[in-house]
Amino acid sequence: MKAAAKPGWRELVRGAVIVEPGSAREFKTGDWKTKKPILNEAKCTNCLFCWIWCPEPAILRGPKVVSFDYDYCKGCGICAVECPVKAITMEED
Amino acid sequence: MQNTQKTHLVPMSGSEAVAKAVIQSNVDFISAYPITPQTIIVERLSDLVASGETTAKFVNVESEHSALSACVGACLAGGRVFTATSSQGLALMHEVLYLTSGLRCPIVMAVANRALSAPINIHGDHSDMMGSRDSGWIQLYVENAQEAYDWVMQAYRIAEDERVALPFTVNMDGYVITHSVEPLALVDQTEANQFLPPRQSRIKLDVQKPMTFGTLTLPDYYSEFKKQQDEAMRAVPEVFGEVTREFAELTTRHYERITPYAMEDAKVAIVSLGSASGTVRWVVRNLRKQGLPVGALKVALFRPFPHEQVGELLEHLDVVIVLERALSLGAHCGPLGNDVVCSLYNRSGQPKVLDVVAGLGGRDLSPDSIEQIFRTGLEATSRPTGLEMEFAGVRE
Repeated sequence: MKAAAKPGWRELVRGAVIVEPGSAREFKTGDWKTKKPILNEAKCTNCLFCWIWCPEPAILRGPKVVSFDYDYCKGCGICAVECPVKAITMEED
Repeated sequence: MQNTQKTHLVPMSGSEAVAKAVIQSNVDFISAYPITPQTIIVERLSDLVASGETTAKFVNVESEHSALSACVGACLAGGRVFTATSSQGLALMHEVLYLTSGLRCPIVMAVANRALSAPINIHGDHSDMMGSRDSGWIQLYVENAQEAYDWVMQAYRIAEDERVALPFTVNMDGYVITHSVEPLALVDQTEANQFLPPRQSRIKLDVQKPMTFGTLTLPDYYSEFKKQQDEAMRAVPEVFGEVTREFAELTTRHYERITPYAMEDAKVAIVSLGSASGTVRWVVRNLRKQGLPVGALKVALFRPFPHEQVGELLEHLDVVIVLERALSLGAHCGPLGNDVVCSLYNRSGQPKVLDVVAGLGGRDLSPDSIEQIFRTGLEATSRPTGLEMEFAGVRE
């Protein structure tokens, strides 16, 4: 956490009101994962089991293989467990 | 009251006085739970809404928790909002009290101060508000119906000030103030409109300009918003001074955060909140005639507490008696005593402090009982300094 970069109490709108709509889009919720999925592209068959199982969803579809949206991935590892060809491994974030 | 003009006085109970002042404050919204332990305040308000004397919306709800929640919504929509409660009702509001202050809603609420169960007791003491002491509301205790009336309009001015933006409780002793009829000097409506113009709110619920209220803040932001509230509380004394001066120009009735009486050469004094303060002054006057060096200090504004002023006035005494109408069981003394002792910390004079618990559950604080408390204090001057707590008038 880079605490120094965050606004101080004088700058914040009182009552924790968010005055602009649509700001949830800017909130990346994947910053507390401890492990992240890594893809072995050679093994991936693009079967999309991981895409179906991911509760977020943080699996991004591609023309040949999948990729991960680390901004929202919580590192649960379901994709790695469900992958039928073991193309996904979980590594320290 | 020092009103020497040919003011027309109207007989009113404290509850009726508050209801009248609320209507004169041009409120937009009132919500209340209309059954026990409610006061006549909202009964009168519903009458006035029904008879068309005000265009305010009145919403009956099923509990005090909902009453204050409805008020928060109306206040966030930019309205001027009022509610009233008492005792168990305030306790049921507890959760929403913190929401109100945290969301910076300048709601004004009259609290008829009464005891909390168990045992069940519907009479006056300060247990209810002291139980919600730390909820972030400005807390003022009035002495009589006139003060209750006068403080509603002033409360809105302070609460709605941009430097403050905090909710405000006008505390009035249950029955002694709420149900006693007094002659009241009323503010002319044209003057009331000038003193209290319609509420202006920059930040409010508006479909044309959507905003998010009641947001989640995690450990990296929560403290900053609490610091904002603390700063807003610290801005109250300045705004209090401006508003009360302006009100005095209008009515000749001038209010202070604390009111000392015969304190210049006093050796023993009683510190009190609310309706007991008048009785204490009356007893002081009588004891002074007997040559006893006694004085009185009425504290009107309890939050933010005027520590500096209280400490300055009390440090030269031999004995400070705190008239405590609520308990903090297991603590060294009651809640008022706690602040009084805090005010005396690190001052050159260190008087003995007697925290005297009296007037619980509506037990009468008669002149005789106050005189007895003074005599206990006068006897204590020979004992070493320190803090003692005792119950007055409790049967063995």
